[in-house]
Amino acid sequence: MYSEKVMDHFRAPRNVGEIADADGVGTVGNPICGDLMTVYVRIKDNVITDVKFKTFGCAAAIATSSMITELAKGKNLQDALKITRGDVADSLGGLPPIKMHCSNLAADALHAAIKNYLYKVEKDKESKDAESSAYAT
Amino acid sequence: MDHAATTRVDPTVVDAMLPYFTQHFGNASSLHAFGREAYNAMETARSKVAKLIGAEKDEVIFTAGGTESDNMAVKGIAFRNRSKGKHIITTKIEHPAIMETCSYIETVGFRVTYLPVDSSGLTDLSELEKAVTKDTILITIQHANNEIGTIQNIESIGKIAEEKNVRFHTDAVQSVGKIPVDVKKARVDLLSMASHKFHGPKGVGALYIRKGVVLDPLVHGGGQEKGLRSSTENIPGIVGMGKAAEIAGNQLVPDGQRVSAMRDKIICKVLEEIPLSYLNGHPTQRLPNNTSFRFDSVEGESLVLSLDNKGIAASTGSACSSKKLKPSHVLLAIGLNEVQAHGSLRLTLGRENTDEEVGYVIEVLPEVVSKMRAISPLWKKKIEVEKWRGKVSVQLEAR
Repeated sequence: MYSEKVMDHFRAPRNVGEIADADGVGTVGNPICGDLMTVYVRIKDNVITDVKFKTFGCAAAIATSSMITELAKGKNLQDALKITRGDVADSLGGLPPIKMHCSNLAADALHAAIKNYLYKVEKDKESKDAESSAYAT
Repeated sequence: MDHAATTRVDPTVVDAMLPYFTQHFGNASSLHAFGREAYNAMETARSKVAKLIGAEKDEVIFTAGGTESDNMAVKGIAFRNRSKGKHIITTKIEHPAIMETCSYIETVGFRVTYLPVDSSGLTDLSELEKAVTKDTILITIQHANNEIGTIQNIESIGKIAEEKNVRFHTDAVQSVGKIPVDVKKARVDLLSMASHKFHGPKGVGALYIRKGVVLDPLVHGGGQEKGLRSSTENIPGIVGMGKAAEIAGNQLVPDGQRVSAMRDKIICKVLEEIPLSYLNGHPTQRLPNNTSFRFDSVEGESLVLSLDNKGIAASTGSACSSKKLKPSHVLLAIGLNEVQAHGSLRLTLGRENTDEEVGYVIEVLPEVVSKMRAISPLWKKKIEVEKWRGKVSVQLEAR
């Protein structure tokens, strides 16, 4: 049912865990559907320097999470945001059709983590601006 | 550890079957010596199957398996009695062979009541009594559940059916060959069984039809099996089922004791050693070979594949492992929610399992569960673990 590559990533998932003070965190899915994943990213100079995940779900959910961490590591944010669900499935040698929709959420989780980072950066900037304007008056 | 799915064909059974492929290959309907030989072998097998369930020889019809037996019973009674009534009663935890057959006959004008079950999987008999109407023609309730192992009180159900003058069919695919089954004592009108569940070959089953019970055939043709199941008989398969029934009958009591001891060991160890683990189904009224658990924060398909990596074959009611991505209807019917059903694991034993294998499972399962939990974002509930420790003794005492 699953490709050898999927089974490989399922048996020995890469980059499992949390990043304590991650720059961005993204969670997608829900336990009712059976797949819930959280991706943590560390970002330096617009590049993803570290990425980790935690996933509750089937073998496909775990393998796609593992694969996204490999695909994302070292990429700049613009390129990382271009990684699609299809890219993840292709890198794993394909997924069973029934799993393409429900368990292939890793790209979404990565994007959510990056957006979380970008949002925080934006907020930071706003508060700094507010601070400096406060000093000015 | 997946013997509820199927069992290995007993080598003695294979030996009994082999001559019927090449030497005694006759058609049981033929008048000549080859035919008579096949016919006699089939009738001997019929006696053996009948003996296992306390039936008369001519009350057993051979089919191509449990699913066909279920279809034949439900559709056969329904179509035969459509002028008498159009109501059928079943439960929410039947095997798909019954569930899907019932939902099919609903599309051709029958009405089906799906009785609820309690949290242990037992049917409420007063609900059953209340559900029977003048229009009711059949009660079909399984003997033992394939997922959670709960054994229904079929003798009480048979009594109700008899009092209400309604036919009673039971799907005994999981129980025949594992626990004593007596069709007379249980006042059963029809009973389904499958050979491969008790170390016989696949593709052969039987339907017990009590003398005097009339039903429409499912398969029309040359009139074999008293016109109820046309098609040239599968003699090697039938011979195999007969042999398997004979062996199962002879070993029923010692096998049952040995297997249930292994079952209890697994249940106790798992509940003791794995935090936030629960037993599904009835604590005592369950098949000697069935264990069904659920583990918090772990998904069943991953669990099954991880155990497979370790050489352990198991199964799950998780939606992620089903072809329709739906959680097990049985687990939902006993009151679990989707999340709880996701974490289910079924380990079912067979007479060939050894104490060493049980020991290995007990050793590996806690490791695998804790490994899966380590990567699960849901597993952050140390406080609940403490609460659980208080509860485990209660679960064990209930047994």
